[in-house]
Amino acid sequence: MPTDHIQYQYKPGNLVESEPNKFNPENLRSEEMIVNLGPQHPSTHGVLRLEVLIDGEIIRDVVPHLGYLHRCFEKHAENLPYNQVIPFVDRMDYVAAMNSEHVYAMGVERMLGIAGQIPKRVEYVRVLMAELNRIASHFIALGTYGMDMGAFTPFFWIMRDREHILRLLEWASGARLLYNYIWIGGLFYDLPVGFEQKCSEFISYIKPKLKELEDLLLKNDIFIRRTANVGVLPLNLAINYGVTGPMLRASGLRFDLRKVDGYSVYPELEFNVPIGEGLKGTMGDCWDRAWVRMLEIHESVKIVEQCLDKLQGEHKRTKEFNPQEFVPKKIRPQAQDFYIRGETPKGELGFFFRADGKSDIPFRCKGRSCSFSNLSVLPEISKGILVADLIAIIGSIDMVMGEVDR
Amino acid sequence: MPDFPQLLEIVKNISPDVTSDEKSSPKAVIIPAGSLTKVCTELHQNPATYFDMLSCLTGIDNGLQANTMEVVYNLYSIPFNVSLAVKVILPRENPVIDSVTSIWRTADWHEREAFDMFGIQFKGHRDLRRILLPADWQGYPLRKDYTHQEYYRNIKVEY
Repeated sequence: MPTDHIQYQYKPGNLVESEPNKFNPENLRSEEMIVNLGPQHPSTHGVLRLEVLIDGEIIRDVVPHLGYLHRCFEKHAENLPYNQVIPFVDRMDYVAAMNSEHVYAMGVERMLGIAGQIPKRVEYVRVLMAELNRIASHFIALGTYGMDMGAFTPFFWIMRDREHILRLLEWASGARLLYNYIWIGGLFYDLPVGFEQKCSEFISYIKPKLKELEDLLLKNDIFIRRTANVGVLPLNLAINYGVTGPMLRASGLRFDLRKVDGYSVYPELEFNVPIGEGLKGTMGDCWDRAWVRMLEIHESVKIVEQCLDKLQGEHKRTKEFNPQEFVPKKIRPQAQDFYIRGETPKGELGFFFRADGKSDIPFRCKGRSCSFSNLSVLPEISKGILVADLIAIIGSIDMVMGEVDR
Repeated sequence: MPDFPQLLEIVKNISPDVTSDEKSSPKAVIIPAGSLTKVCTELHQNPATYFDMLSCLTGIDNGLQANTMEVVYNLYSIPFNVSLAVKVILPRENPVIDSVTSIWRTADWHEREAFDMFGIQFKGHRDLRRILLPADWQGYPLRKDYTHQEYYRNIKVEY
């Protein structure tokens, strides 16, 4: 028995005191009841706790309680040099770390004024990685959503296909999920030799699988019945709540920051921005959100193919190419406030920086996470529905709690 | 599409003592705390500006020397594709500001976060509780003079 063990004193009321319920049981009407959903439950996709006020099976109100995965990103960022913040950025949205890194690195480069110097090959590798990661992230979204809706097989199929992407990313960066691959001013390393060929093989492998997945999950009658006409999010409400990404597009607005802001090399690439059309029910319902993600995977595959063409043709690897050539030795932006945003798989990821011009450490770095804003609309669209439909809505939001709580 | 001088003019009509900050990106207007809701309502409703999305709301503690706090609102107009930042400077001792939840509902959680981290009070917010930290946590962690408590429920905070 270890002698230096710590005995924490747990009290029965600990949870109630640290995160008290908003509703007091004494003030409820006689038919109402409070049900606590989470924080440890597979259908809440992480550690989200929902306090649900129900009347029979009908939901009267939902109060999300956050913070179970709060890891002080902003406090850490205020104590670390700009380049050392990147691993913490990875851990925000841990299923799409490349996209977050890309946005963060882009922001600091623009603050330093070196955004124009970055070689085209570096930019194409970044976009290639980001889009591969976007496919992986949408795979997770669809797979776990299917599992929530009672379809277990698609999850295994998707995880099998996602594994190929993770192996490619591991080959390039050395890590499966948290990469620290995109650096400020460059990349950790150039693509490994043979990466382009393996990636092309993966693309030709994945195309028929996507069709398979579409028929198995999204066109499945049970899935459609569970998700169509459920959790309809009107467009004006979505914008007012700051909802972005596939959720906003499913409500019918063709708004994608890759097109709107045209950052990196996205203006040189051809892809469409799919929107929800209410094919199986109402525009902006849960099925539309899943469908938009499915269509976006196809678009990402297109982008990956174009990037591979460029990386093997116009910007092919040379002996002289050094991806760290423009990595600044000293990262000290001038005094300014800067807000950068970019499109991650879940929506608009933004970073607000305040640099004081005197140190290598950001004076303030706020992460505006898309999942945080997307989740905040949940109480609004889940009043008067059934408990089972609440699970359908949570899954369709596709939030990652690491990003909500930061 | 409104450019920055036009936006500044629109804000000036509502709140005469506005100053501009053109060094930051997006360019910012600095307004007194009292006129925040009036300016935001105008920016949101005016058909020439139509800032329909509040992208980000950031609280900042400027430290003991400056003795001020700031709240920065990053606005974005989807139809015009224009961004604008609105800054409000508050005293550090008693930071109180009007809530903008009635204009943009997304401000609800963002304001709760600013309250959680900085102790900024948002007047008119329906449900101003801590959001990320436990309800019984002491102090506001992102203030520059913050020192964490030694024990939280008999668990040593320092690791």
